[in-house]
Amino acid sequence: MKRTTRSWLERIIEQLLFGCAALSILVTAGIVAVLIFETAAFLREVPITQFLFGTEWTPLFYNKKFGVLPLVAGTALVSGIAMAVALPAGLLSAIYLSEYAPPRVRRIVKPILEVLAGVPTVVYGYFALLFVTPMLQNLLPGLSGFNALSPGIVMGIMILPLVSSLSEDALHSVPNGLREGAYALGATRMQATLRVVVPAALSGISAAAILAVSRAIGETMIVAVAAGQQPRLTLNPLVPIETMTAFIVQVSMGDTPAGTIEYRTIFAVGMLLFLGTFALNLFSNWLRNRFREEYQ
Amino acid sequence: MATPRRRRLGDQLLQASGLFVMVIALGALAALLFDVFVDGAGRLSWQFLTSLPSRRASQAGLATALVGSIYVIILTAVIAVPIGIGAAIYLEEYGARGRMARLIEINIANLAGVPSIIYGLLGLGLFVRAMGLGRSLIAGAATLALLVLPVVILSTREALRTVPNSLREGSYALGATKWQTIWTQVLPMAMPGILTGLILALSRAIGETAPLITIGAITYVPFLPDGLSSPFTVLPIQIFNWLSRPQAEFLRNAAAAILVLLVLLLTMNAVAIWLRDRYQKQRTA
Repeated sequence: MKRTTRSWLERIIEQLLFGCAALSILVTAGIVAVLIFETAAFLREVPITQFLFGTEWTPLFYNKKFGVLPLVAGTALVSGIAMAVALPAGLLSAIYLSEYAPPRVRRIVKPILEVLAGVPTVVYGYFALLFVTPMLQNLLPGLSGFNALSPGIVMGIMILPLVSSLSEDALHSVPNGLREGAYALGATRMQATLRVVVPAALSGISAAAILAVSRAIGETMIVAVAAGQQPRLTLNPLVPIETMTAFIVQVSMGDTPAGTIEYRTIFAVGMLLFLGTFALNLFSNWLRNRFREEYQ
Repeated sequence: MATPRRRRLGDQLLQASGLFVMVIALGALAALLFDVFVDGAGRLSWQFLTSLPSRRASQAGLATALVGSIYVIILTAVIAVPIGIGAAIYLEEYGARGRMARLIEINIANLAGVPSIIYGLLGLGLFVRAMGLGRSLIAGAATLALLVLPVVILSTREALRTVPNSLREGSYALGATKWQTIWTQVLPMAMPGILTGLILALSRAIGETAPLITIGAITYVPFLPDGLSSPFTVLPIQIFNWLSRPQAEFLRNAAAAILVLLVLLLTMNAVAIWLRDRYQKQRTA
């Protein structure tokens, strides 16, 4: 009797725990459902070709235009600048930490990088708006108070720890035999690193880079604070722009009633954002798994 | 063939550029902290911490944002911690094989990479509208709970994985059931790791701004939240609000609020380290 109650209880607990795990599937389903529901309503009013290929974005004006390209361009511009900072710097720091740094330096540097990664993004926004932009204005007189350059650079600093730690993991898992083989052939440490270890870890490093791009695209507060709110189709980093994420914030700050077309635009833009980052994340995971299989 | 000196030069160059990047990163962090401190320290006072928001910068205070942040974090933990730990236990201790478990795993990895603002849209569509919770404390906490869930699950699994299998087998050998083994042996052993992960997840939640703006946490709340359905604001939103004003005094308020936020984060991390140490001592004692 006691035995059956016990196994009965065990089964209930297992079901409960399974429920907790399965909830994560529901979260994904919920995201997709909400985005599809509102985006479909949006696309009933705005033809999809106009949305995807239009070059003017003025949904909050009297004369509404729903071409998302200016927002996409803004996002691409800021993310591009961020990657131009984070990728070389992150890779160099990973090479240094994995191949050169004495353990004592690693013990000091790694927590500092973690702190950089843990700073709330609105704080980075403050830094971009009130420290980096004024500093850059001394060097570049044409720089507006709101621009793509400064938040791009700050976002690069924010993403650096991610690139660095994932690339370092990739470099670290390259078997030592490869390094020793290179040394045996007379390579210096630099030659072994750049010609043997980095190429061997390339798919892992690419996975890190792609994840970083996805993070940059989805980053919101730095651009909402420091990049401005002017959607424009430009690659000029000196003028105010608007990203997809900053647009969602802009509409949310206002008092937009549910069911209006303005309200639905944020879900349509969110859908694009979700699809883009989702594809990048899947690709990054795939690369990383392939890399793991190679060496483990 | 390069001479030995030139060979060394390349090595030194690579090492120097690595160090250079470190110094720049460190310098950026130092500049950020210094800048915020210089701008905001003078504004910090008991009056600033306990005053309600105001249209006048010099009288405006953090009270609603501070209390709102603390309420939101506690509620987020209440929702996300049991679900996250439960899911991690299932994946690590029960469902290691099977297609469903594999699907859940891939799904969690992907959820961890979804931009936080998308969770805001989910919260807006699901909690605020469909479930009719409105722009309330509970809607905000539920949104943040979903956001940190993948982090809680991943870090808890990591902690469970460090528990040696011999412990489980010993417990089974003494006749314990699976759940008894998990509850009395595995969880206590993994607790320091789990707690550290939890606090890291919650410190992420406390700095999150975008999802709460999206669900419509309002920026001007002249009263303290008095229930689950009460409107609310949090520290990062108050910072964002002050940052979007042109007057220098509001910008100084923002800097002071950032200092408070950073101190809060620092305290949480210190508590994490303290808890971990205490558990570790208990275990060895």
